[in-house]
Amino acid sequence: MTDTLLNIRGLKLEGRSDETWNPIINGVDLTLARGEVLGLIGESGAGKSTLGLAAMGFTRDGVRISNGSVEFDGIDLLTASAAVKRGLLGKRIAYVAQSAAASFNPAHRLIDQHVEGPVQHGVMARADSELDGMELYEKLRLPDPESIGFRYPHQVSGGQLQRAMTAMAMACRPDLIIFDEPTTALDVTTQIEVLASIRDIVEQFNTAAIYITHDLAVVAQMADRIKVLLKGDEVETADTRTMLSAPTQEYTKSLWAVRSFERPLKAPVVASAVPVVSVANVDAAYGKAKVLHDVSFDMHEGRTVAVVGESGSGKSTTARCITGLLPPTAGTISFGGEAMPADYRKRSKDQLRQVQMIYQMADTALNPRMSIGEIIARPVQFYLGLTGKEKRARVDALLDQIEMEPSEYYNRLPSELSGGQKQRIGIARALAAEPKFIICDEVTSALDQLVAEGILRLLAKLQDRLGLTYMFITHDLATVRAIADEVVVMKDGRVVEAGPKAEMFKPPHHPYTDLLLSSVPEMDPDWLTNLLQERGVDNIGDAAADKM
Amino acid sequence: MSALFNIALGVAIIAAVAWSFRFIGQKVTGNAARFRDMSFGVAFGYVLGLVVLLWLVWAYLQSISSDQATANKFFFLGVAIKAFILFSILAWLFRLLGRNVGTAGTRKMFRNIPLTASFGILVIIFYAVLAIFAGAIAPYGQDEIISGVAANIIPGGDPALGGDPAFPLGTDQIGRDILSRLIFGAQNTVGIAFATTLLAFFIGGSLGFLAAVVGGWLDQVLSRGVDVLMAIPSLIFALLLMTIASVWSAELGIPLTFFMVLIIAVIDSTRVFRLARAVGQNIVVMDYIEAAKLRGEGMGYLVFKEILPNATAPLLAEFGLRFCFVFLTIAALSFLGVGIQPPLADWGTMVRDLASFINFAQFAPLAATAPLLAAGAIALLTVAVNFVVDWMLHKSSGLKE
Repeated sequence: MTDTLLNIRGLKLEGRSDETWNPIINGVDLTLARGEVLGLIGESGAGKSTLGLAAMGFTRDGVRISNGSVEFDGIDLLTASAAVKRGLLGKRIAYVAQSAAASFNPAHRLIDQHVEGPVQHGVMARADSELDGMELYEKLRLPDPESIGFRYPHQVSGGQLQRAMTAMAMACRPDLIIFDEPTTALDVTTQIEVLASIRDIVEQFNTAAIYITHDLAVVAQMADRIKVLLKGDEVETADTRTMLSAPTQEYTKSLWAVRSFERPLKAPVVASAVPVVSVANVDAAYGKAKVLHDVSFDMHEGRTVAVVGESGSGKSTTARCITGLLPPTAGTISFGGEAMPADYRKRSKDQLRQVQMIYQMADTALNPRMSIGEIIARPVQFYLGLTGKEKRARVDALLDQIEMEPSEYYNRLPSELSGGQKQRIGIARALAAEPKFIICDEVTSALDQLVAEGILRLLAKLQDRLGLTYMFITHDLATVRAIADEVVVMKDGRVVEAGPKAEMFKPPHHPYTDLLLSSVPEMDPDWLTNLLQERGVDNIGDAAADKM
Repeated sequence: MSALFNIALGVAIIAAVAWSFRFIGQKVTGNAARFRDMSFGVAFGYVLGLVVLLWLVWAYLQSISSDQATANKFFFLGVAIKAFILFSILAWLFRLLGRNVGTAGTRKMFRNIPLTASFGILVIIFYAVLAIFAGAIAPYGQDEIISGVAANIIPGGDPALGGDPAFPLGTDQIGRDILSRLIFGAQNTVGIAFATTLLAFFIGGSLGFLAAVVGGWLDQVLSRGVDVLMAIPSLIFALLLMTIASVWSAELGIPLTFFMVLIIAVIDSTRVFRLARAVGQNIVVMDYIEAAKLRGEGMGYLVFKEILPNATAPLLAEFGLRFCFVFLTIAALSFLGVGIQPPLADWGTMVRDLASFINFAQFAPLAATAPLLAAGAIALLTVAVNFVVDWMLHKSSGLKE
């Protein structure tokens, strides 16, 4: 275990923007022993992925390696010839990308793509490689390992595709695999399966790995050692357990402390109070496919109702019903005790104003050709009829409310803001309408943890000050813990369980709630091992199903 | 048989030279990465490029040789090489000018501009100036038959070869000055093409966005209607409609050109519709459109404030391309005799009128130049617009990254 497989010394990378080369990574050292798993964590823009790719001697377009060395098993990858690198990449060094769906060629079957590497590198004959692929599929606990390879990428689920890609990376039994956020796009319940599979197979073949992620709890399960990056600089490196129990740097401590945010409990709702929004016996369908079945719950003034469930559970569809984008086929949505027209086109301007929405992807939620000022000013003018100086003053006040300096940001375009800032603009646009009720659709899931925490704190503050009611759609139970007053758990278009947060996090649970709760990674490095033992290692998926 | 053998021999020699080029490169530079990782195809390409370049130099020397027969054979190639070098220098000078004159914004634009785009802009400006000030620049009127001057004066202005220094580009079959007609042609052909393209974009763009936003049955009706129009070969369709329109124009007293603009605009708007609808559909699914809809915004605001600003890059690129097609269609219709009507000067008509001179190309290249001047004017503008469009497409895709 002591001999070094990968040795990166003083690596500096620069990226080209505005016709100058700007540093992305400023001299990072990295050593990796055979069979060791190194976790690489940091916020977006910290240079994790760039470093991961550089470990293969590769850079994206517009990025160059300006200094340092990358030595893989005694071969200097930076000066090696293209022929030598061709012989290494795919055979001895493999890469697993974040989005398996975008990385597989949709026109070919999984197994055909799987065998390409071994056949090209002359490791195995095609028939042997196919058999080996099936074996790997079995080891990665894919259903029907004999036949799943003959499906096309769109015929398997996201989690299965991610495992098929791991199998593909394993095809030539590489010495090093670079995992670039392999589970970030997956649900918590699916994530577990992928994590467990990756961990097992890496252990089994004694493969070294670099595991890139921004999720600390995930990295705690996977890595032997953790390296923390901040803006292209190494913050610290240590053994996983040491790092978790005793981080030495301030930045690392702040990362660790993120999940500490929790709002004080509010007094229970008065039974006679009229709910701000009430969803009563709502059914909804996309075409002929029925997606919501008899969904009912109330949301009271000044409360945050978290709606949780995995993708496809009907959380967002419920939100679409409330906004009127998808008129329900049965049931009513009432606002302040009065039923609202089902279709948003039939609602009055005032009814539209009362229900606002904040979106998951701030990138697509803000018109890229409008300045921040215009974006926020539009609802101010549209609903409140303010113009000229009054309008400007209102926009400035809103920017102040979301803690952004009006003079600095008024004329900027969305592309000139960071992810967290864009999300704040989304909040300001919703507030500009002076609504009573805001739907937050996965507002923090695309953000780094530190930034997400800032957004949650801001939302909490605004709620206390303005008495807003939030419907908070999320699949992240840590967020629920932080911000919710009441929780609604959904699955397959039905409400499985609903109640105040305190009750929801206390057993006994509905089995599905239990599965969701137990699937949230914890910072304890033994968590995954214990969980798998609890559920029975060989059939996590089945165990989950049994519990239903 | 021997021609085939010669080609095979040539390829074999190039391949051998390419291999030794790479081998010697590796030895001389001590295996530098540039030569070490060079694939054989790339080396072959280098050598092939060199061979073509040498052949061009040889051909140019032939075109200025003192033997008239040889020089005639390579006349047009010689002109093309001279024009290429001249235009490259002009484009370079124009870019240099742009980098040092103007506002900070235009200077920044010119810093990154490729030479092709700079050439394109230069040519477009040149054409625009000609078109706008045609009356002031042209030495004669477009329909002026100059008295006392022979018809069919050969271009070049050399009396020994049948030219006349007073008419550097010669005269046409009834004694009109070709230079003046070319300049007025810029006004007629380019002006009408521009107006037609604008109209096509107005019709196709607004309907396409409308189909994208509203969807449903309106989208079906519009799209299927467009499919029907597109199923008919456009030039034949235009010819047919123009024939009908020529009757109406006589009855109603409206100039035929007006109908031509309308007909070509409608036919070309189908292509714009398809693009606008496709681009619009990509934008309509964005959350900011949903937010605007939920706010209660009207259709006008959605189309012009939310969608249009985000669709300008692909639409502008399409505008350039569409302009070329419209322009060629007009030239083609005029060539066939139903487009811009004489005595108005039009490049398509000019090519047709003098087309028979092309037969003299091999032994009297100057005489054959007469119809090619108008054809060259069409080609130059088409190439220039395409260069600019390519550059804009590249820029807009770069911004998206």
